Amino acid sequence: MADLIDKQQSLDFVFEMYEKMKDHKVNLAYEGEITHQITKAFTALTESNMAKEDDYNSVQRKVFHVMVECLQNISKHAEGRDDSVQHREGRGIFLVSKDENEYNVTTGNVIRNEKVDGLRNLLDNINNLDREGLKKLYKQQIRDGRLSEKDGAGLGFIDIARKTGEKLIYTFLPINDKRSFFILISTISRKMKDDDF
Amino acid sequence: MEVIKIKGTDDTPNVILDAGNGMMEISGRSLPEDVAAFYEPILDWFDEYAEHSNKKTVVDFKLVYFNTASSKLILDILLKLEDMADNGHDVLVRWHYPDDDEDMEEAGEEYADIVEVPFEQVPYSLD
Repeated sequence: MADLIDKQQSLDFVFEMYEKMKDHKVNLAYEGEITHQITKAFTALTESNMAKEDDYNSVQRKVFHVMVECLQNISKHAEGRDDSVQHREGRGIFLVSKDENEYNVTTGNVIRNEKVDGLRNLLDNINNLDREGLKKLYKQQIRDGRLSEKDGAGLGFIDIARKTGEKLIYTFLPINDKRSFFILISTISRKMKDDDF
Repeated sequence: MEVIKIKGTDDTPNVILDAGNGMMEISGRSLPEDVAAFYEPILDWFDEYAEHSNKKTVVDFKLVYFNTASSKLILDILLKLEDMADNGHDVLVRWHYPDDDEDMEEAGEEYADIVEVPFEQVPYSLD
């Protein structure tokens, strides 16, 4: 009897997942380790989908770039959920969604609590800068930020913000006293400046 | 001097470093799995080249995509060329970009700003 209930719950779950994905217009959803092969596969998939949709070349390029940077950030910086995992796990959740106006590339991964404040400050700073400010920050980071490995993620966020021209949307959700879950949503407009909305 | 010839793939650029024929070109896409490992032999090559360089050095960049990890290594190459220029060598960087790619055009302008090396921005048509 318990088996039948499990099976039904599994089937219900599939439909719930399907509906949720459709509601949020999610085209691609993945949870797991981000390997180089995964990055290549997802970007190739998205490239061919965008070509079919006839998105502007500049939009296609930006979505590709944001995906690469986001996936590589998870790969480099995601932590394990518990203390038994000594090394970085490089795993997380990755979503690509789109509607008529924009693409959204979302990542979610575990990070250590010690990293939260630094990351929050960096992202707040990035969001407060205009185009010129971001250009300046990029030039500064590319020159000076190279020496310490932990600054590696900074350049990616700066570049996403300046190429998309949109604010980075993010939050940190506590998991336990040592870990938090970092969610980042990057937006790429499908329109050009002169298009009617 | 050793000749470096690396055939490009989906995620790594085409590289030709041939001092004898005066050909130095990096083209294609750059998003290697291990950026440092990929660019290490290239940086080493430029170190060696600097010690007995040609009268005139022209380096062509013809990239259609590079991730931020690669951008740092590209800067490292340019800084080596800056050192050479500082030491009185005749060095020129030619930054080729697709004429409809504003981001790649801007990247070339930014690198030209950051390093003290003569730069030539070269648009080209992809058709």
